Order: sequence, then C-alpha cells, then structure tokens
Amino acid sequence: MLAYSVRRLLGILPTLFVIITVSFFIVRLAPGGPFDQEQTLPPQIRANLDRAYGLDQPLGMQYLHYLERLAHGDLGPSFKLRDFSVSELIADGFPVSATLGISALLLAILLGIPLGVAGALWRDRGADTGITAFVTLAVALPSFVTGPLLALLFGLQLHWLPVAGWEDGAPRYLILPVLTLGLPVAAYVTRLMRGSLLEVLRANHIRTARARGLGEVRILLRHALRPALLPVVSYLGPAAAFVVTGSLVVETVFALPGTGRYLVQGAINRDYTLVMGMVILYGVLTLLLNLAADLIYGWLDPRVRHD
Amino acid sequence: MIEPAAETLFAAAGRRLRGDRLAITAAIVVACIALLAAAGPFLSPHGYDTLDWKHLAVPPQWQSSHWLGTDRLGRDLFVRTLYGVRISLLIGLLATAVSVVIGLAWGSIAGYVGGRVDDLMMRFVDVLYSLPYLFIVIIFATFFGRGSLASLFLIIGAVGWLTTARIVRGQTLALKRREFIEAARATGVGTVGILLRHVIPNLIGPVALYATLTVPDMILFESFLSFLGVGVQEPLASLGSLINGGAQEMQSAPWMLLVPALLLSLLLLCFNFIGDGLRDALEPGER
Repeated sequence: MLAYSVRRLLGILPTLFVIITVSFFIVRLAPGGPFDQEQTLPPQIRANLDRAYGLDQPLGMQYLHYLERLAHGDLGPSFKLRDFSVSELIADGFPVSATLGISALLLAILLGIPLGVAGALWRDRGADTGITAFVTLAVALPSFVTGPLLALLFGLQLHWLPVAGWEDGAPRYLILPVLTLGLPVAAYVTRLMRGSLLEVLRANHIRTARARGLGEVRILLRHALRPALLPVVSYLGPAAAFVVTGSLVVETVFALPGTGRYLVQGAINRDYTLVMGMVILYGVLTLLLNLAADLIYGWLDPRVRHD
Repeated sequence: MIEPAAETLFAAAGRRLRGDRLAITAAIVVACIALLAAAGPFLSPHGYDTLDWKHLAVPPQWQSSHWLGTDRLGRDLFVRTLYGVRISLLIGLLATAVSVVIGLAWGSIAGYVGGRVDDLMMRFVDVLYSLPYLFIVIIFATFFGRGSLASLFLIIGAVGWLTTARIVRGQTLALKRREFIEAARATGVGTVGILLRHVIPNLIGPVALYATLTVPDMILFESFLSFLGVGVQEPLASLGSLINGGAQEMQSAPWMLLVPALLLSLLLLCFNFIGDGLRDALEPGER
C-alpha cells in the first residue's frame, strides 16, 4: 500500500511537468507583455525592466531558468504586483481558499450522504420527490447563477447575511459562499448515494441478512452502507476538482481575498509568473486530491486494493 | 424470409421519448426561447449597443419600451438579453460541432487503425483528461480568445472532444469486426474510404445523442468564461457577462441580475430534462 502510494505520487510528476511546460509556452507565445501599458515606457526603462526580469533572453533560456528556480521552490516575483513574490501572494490568499473549499466539501458529504440515504429508504414518497427536485436544481444551475441569487435573497432582501467580504473567516461571512460552492456537490453526492444504495439493497447479501432476521437499521449500517459508499468516494476526486475551479467563481461573486482572483487577473495583466504560480498550485491540488480519492477507494474496497 | 416484427432501437427510443412529457415540454420551451432570441430584437425599437441617455438604469417599464429595463449606460436589457441568448446558443452549438468533428476523427482513426497508433492516441487523451484543463482554457481564452467569437468557440470546442473520442473509439472497435467492413476491405476500399463511407455514418446515432448532452455543457462553459470576463467582450453580451454585470448592480437594480440569471437557469434546466429524457429513452431500465 505504501509503495503503491509512493509510486502513484511519483506518477504525478510527469503530468505536472506537461502542465508547466504547456502553460509556460501558451503564456509566453500570447501577444502582449506585462510592461505594455497605456502610456508607453521610454525604451531605455523598458530595456532595463526586461533585463531585470530576464525577458530579454531567448524563450528557451527563460524556460530553463524558470524550471531551475522552480526546482528550488521559488515561484519568482510578481510582474504586476511589484512588491510581492508569487509565493507571498499564494501564502496570503490560500488559507481563505482552503477554508472555503474544505467547508464546501464537508457540507457536500455531511448533507449529501444522509439525503441520499433518505431518498433511497423513502423511495417515491414525498420526501424523495423533494430531494430529487433539490438535486435537479442544484446540479443544473452553475454557481455564478446561484451565488448572486443567494446574495440577493439572503443579503439584500432579507438582510440575514452579509453580501460579500471575509472578515477573517467569521462564520456569518462563510455561509453563503460555502452554500454556493457546496450545494451542487452535495446534490451530486445525494444522487450517487441514492442510486447506489437502492442497488445495494437489492443485492443478495442484503436478502440473506433480512432472512437471518436482522433489523433494518443494522442491515443498513453494517451491510449496505459501506458498499453503497463506493461511487461517492470515487466521485470525491472530481468533486474536489470541481470545488477548486468553483472557488474561482465563488471568490469573485463574494469578493473573497483568496487565490482564485489571481488567475484571471494575472492572465489579463500578462503577469507571467503569477499565472504560472496559479496553474502550478491548482494543478498540484487537483492531481493530489484525485490521488487521495483513489487511495481511499482502495482502502474501502478490498477488491481493488493495491499491494 | 420473414423478418420478425421487432422495433429498431431508435424507433423504440423515439416512442418512449414521445411519452416523456417533461422532456417534450422542455424541448418546446427551448424552441420558444430560441425563436424569441431570433425574432425578439426586431420587436424592440432599441439596439443592443445603443445608449439611451434619458433612461439610465431604469426598471422594467412600458412607456419607453424598455420592457426589461436598462443598464447603467442606458442599453436596453430586453434586447441585450436576447442577444446574449443568441450568442450563448450559437457558441454552444458551434463548440459542440467542433468537439464532435475532432472527437469523431480522433476516435474513429484510433479505433480503426488500432495497435500502437491506438495506444498512443488514447494515451494522449488520458493525459489531457488528467490536466486541470479549465485553467489552461482560461489562460488560452484570456490570451487568444478575447474579442473574437471564432477563437472562443474553437477553444471551448477543443475541450469537449475527449469524451466523444472515447465513445467513438469504443463503437469503432465493435464496428470493425462486422462483415460489411470486411467486405469493403476485401473489395479494396482504402482506410480513409472505409472510415468516411462505412464507419462514420454508422456512428452518427450515438454521437448525435452525446452531442445533445454536450450542448448545455458548452453553453455553461461559455457563460462561465464570460462571467469571469474572459469570454464574450463588450459591447456584445452573453448570458454570463450579463449576469456578471447584474451581480455588480444588484443592490440598486436587481432586475439586471434576475432577468439573465433566470433565463440561463431555465435554459439549463430544460436541456437537462431533454438529456435525461434521451438517456431514459435509449437505456430503459436504468434508474
């Protein structure tokens, strides 16, 4: 198991290398540069700037230099936010994004699994219909629609919650962003959980358990839940990726000081190092979370256990 | 020889689909929205980018024929929203077409040629799958796509072809062993000829189904990019950029958010119902 995990972890490296290389050249080959502003700089200053940031060298050299720095864990200085290095910007924003993402995933699991179980147990009754309606809505609507609508309803009309801002993660400020980000994932978890539990409950070993006279609660907890959880677990990887991308939108909608805004902002400003830093951060996150989901899956399901 | 009176897969699916009230209603709603988007702007005296200085950020009203109000620059929201729907639908369809063409070509070649070519081509698809492609697309769209609709739908379409390619490859592998392909090969038809005349026409059914399911994803993707400000650029509007604009003004002018947000929700829900209906029709017994 340990050897397998290490092997998988090493397997991430080539993918990461591809990501870094592809995005480096996309970013550099695009028209425009970080120092093309409205007022043109005097050529001498421009040349000095280019030299200071190494932009006067051939592209291949810049690429090698970037890789060398990266190997030392240095993401370089930001081109536009002058006094900051990319690592500092990430260190500032990441706790916010991480809090948001983890809370959203927790919400999805804590809400989605019970709802899915409820839907399966009370199949085709009133509660199940309500749950299915919630799932349909929450899966279909994107967060850039639900976010502003929630803010409009609970923030501006009812005045229950703040519309935007962070305030060091005060719970009141967290509720709407976490709901916006977490509800679609919760809905998807609900759908998967409901479907797989319905299937498991029809399986032979459940019939055997019933025949032995076990109570329904015990059957559910001891025999049905664990196999029924498998599809949910394998969805966790994509779910984490969804949350990571979704946080881009949610941070924009609720004006949160996370790292999400830097990707778009950096790309528009041609802030090469900042964009690269974001791509690497989110790339590593997506790959690691997917790997974690795979490993959990193996731990839950002995049939695919990797030794 | 007498053929048994069996329904073909598609005839049966069509019969089941006609019985699916929700999917039929959804299809009618989508058709109505598309029709409105096509014809609606001609009903209004305003253009999508004309500024009406006398009516800045007014709520919906009849007198000035700003039926859904105006934005901060006095542009009519009824017309802008319908233009937004046009662009969203257009990009959704074109991007789907791009993804289908790439996916069909890639998957059928990989599946038909097989061997090392197949391994290599599908491994490439696997690698692309594992990339956080959204970030790369955001970068791509920001650097190359801003301001040009063509590059926007090409970029969006270039993302969607991976699953199509996998489906097509699977179907091609099955087709390859059928007698009529063997007959074609025996009579000396070349690889390209077989692909174009025998393989691809037989793939149209499943690919068309998957394409229908892709359209809402593409619409969503375009709105997402436009919402972030890297998609459709001013003065053109898409539903995504209208929602973004509306979200910034929602304190003083909630209608600016509500109109495009509800319309996009309606469209996406309808596409979802149509997709569910199609899936149920083709795979009865599921769920």
